[in-house]
Amino acid sequence: MKLQEYRSKEILARHGVPLLAGQVAVSPEEARAAAADLDGPVVVKAQVLVGGRGKAGGVKLAATPDEAAERARDIIGLDIKGTTVKTVLIAPAADIAHEYYLGLILDRGTQAITVIASAEGGVEIEETAKTNPEAILRLPLHPLLGLQDHESRRIGFFLGIPAELRKEFGTVMRGLYDAFVESDADLAEINPLVVTDDGRLLALDAKIVLDDSALPRHPDLEAMRDLNEEEPSEIAAREAGISFIKLDGTIGCMVNGAGLAMTTMDLVKLAGGEPANFLDIGGGAKQDKVTAAFKIILDDANVKAILINIFGGITRGDEVARGIVEARAALTREVPMVVRIVGTNSDEAKPILAEANLITADSLDDAAAKAVAAAGGAG
Amino acid sequence: MSILVNRETRLLVQGLTGREGGFHSDAMLEYGTNIVAGVTPGKGGQTALDGRVPVYDTVAEAVDATGANTSCIFVPAAFAPDAMLEASAARIPLVICITEGVPALDMLRVHHVLRAGGTRLIGPNCPGLTSVDEAKVGIIPGDIHLRGPVGLVSRSGTLTYEVVQAMTDAGMGQTTCVGIGGDPIIGTSFIDVLDMFNQDPETEAIVMIGEIGGEEEEKAAAFCAREVRKPMAAFIAGRTAPPGRRMGHAGAIISTTGGGTAESKRAALEEAGIRVADSPSHIPQLLRDAGVR
Repeated sequence: MKLQEYRSKEILARHGVPLLAGQVAVSPEEARAAAADLDGPVVVKAQVLVGGRGKAGGVKLAATPDEAAERARDIIGLDIKGTTVKTVLIAPAADIAHEYYLGLILDRGTQAITVIASAEGGVEIEETAKTNPEAILRLPLHPLLGLQDHESRRIGFFLGIPAELRKEFGTVMRGLYDAFVESDADLAEINPLVVTDDGRLLALDAKIVLDDSALPRHPDLEAMRDLNEEEPSEIAAREAGISFIKLDGTIGCMVNGAGLAMTTMDLVKLAGGEPANFLDIGGGAKQDKVTAAFKIILDDANVKAILINIFGGITRGDEVARGIVEARAALTREVPMVVRIVGTNSDEAKPILAEANLITADSLDDAAAKAVAAAGGAG
Repeated sequence: MSILVNRETRLLVQGLTGREGGFHSDAMLEYGTNIVAGVTPGKGGQTALDGRVPVYDTVAEAVDATGANTSCIFVPAAFAPDAMLEASAARIPLVICITEGVPALDMLRVHHVLRAGGTRLIGPNCPGLTSVDEAKVGIIPGDIHLRGPVGLVSRSGTLTYEVVQAMTDAGMGQTTCVGIGGDPIIGTSFIDVLDMFNQDPETEAIVMIGEIGGEEEEKAAAFCAREVRKPMAAFIAGRTAPPGRRMGHAGAIISTTGGGTAESKRAALEEAGIRVADSPSHIPQLLRDAGVR
């Protein structure tokens, strides 16, 4: 789960990272009041989870509270890569002397929390990795010992942090590491970390991405979820315990298992159709989940056919078949359904499906072709 | 021959008395797997699965009493790291963790401790493995297999079954099928299993099933180009996955700057001389084209 900049900064500030926190505003009036409170030039920053908000006009300077209100009026309601801005952050402006990139990631390659640092701050680290890879330091940390002071010092020297700010840099490193570990993050980055004209070290922008698997033990962080940035259907799916991602095609997919769900989408495409979604009903899926999955798929008006592909393992095929038949009876909208159930208890599933007159398929290729044909016929 | 598990495997199941643990242990017994013990704290002294398996309070007691040498873990995510550490503390050399949703930072520490202690971990968030007609550990349906010359390794669960079924339907049997798990931090990598298959005399060909996210398939391709002379076929799931979204598995995500795509993985595999299928059902034919009986 991605956190907004102001949420990420809240967490970093709690762990002692020096920054100019600012205030959030959802209207020009609130922006004016926030700027008046801060008493000085401010930056008005769109709070969206997509990248590239600066280029899209989502970050503006304002010298006075009136100007802050104007800039907030420009930015609130702005569409940035499909997300409508609802909230802005009003933060004190800073005069920047140097910018750095400082991040921690859970690195799959080294199987360690890894520091990524670069003296080329303010640009995306992936960009630096392409144009100037030597400018990046990657330092994997010990999985049991975590960040050590000598590592912080080494990173500071690599970046060329001014001597008088080295101690402060140690505080930033420690705070970033503690924030990462205590919030179970996948990524925590400060970009840019700046030295100001008046010699302060500050985190000007921050991004934290949390490990979804750890959210159950962090209800306070779960509460930071920005529902404005999520598809309503994806919110409903999460509440039902279903893994769902909306796409733009016409063939709804209901599958057990993430790899098979992706493959089902791929084969729909290979058969000449377009998948409407990724949907994994998970292991041990029961009738209530199947019912919820149907509703989520059919709420998408683009869906012209549904392909149900269940390969038993943890999931019992007969339970799914009964769930499909019963859930189908309660549907508000009829679309053709192609059902394929294989594996644990699949023999018990077949008569249940046959009796309900559902289109059945033995192979996945066959199921995909039948679903594409059914969607074409309906459209 | 086969890899990792066989008729000598003496299996202990952590979480045997739970609903899923019980259901799948029953299926494992039916397959012929030698389950010697179950562990559920507080249920020591009882028996499970119609009196066929004794239950112990701790893994250490179960190992002492039964000589268990492999553990399969079915406990909920919140307790799985502790269960893996308990198995390692009792010096079990092979641990298979089926549990999905284990926090990644817990896995970093657990993986480090298990590796240092000489315990091989498979998973978490994996379907387990089957050495065909010898032993099945985990949740892979037993009846989809056919004994034969092909080793299979996969990051996925149900997609593995799909491929195994396609091979069996085509009359192409398997030695061992291993699901290594879909999480970012897992105990056993593609390369670890590929290396075992490469050294297993009975395994004549290898199938690898990957998916979007990370660089493990690319690394595996480089390893195969260097080390593996056995015929191979592969499938990569997620050609239609959008960037920046986690496709169910915690590890299945294309980075927003385009890393970890199905296309880059396919290209790396093809460059290593590995045939890549468009559909799981094409895999048997690709292996036949490569000379597999």
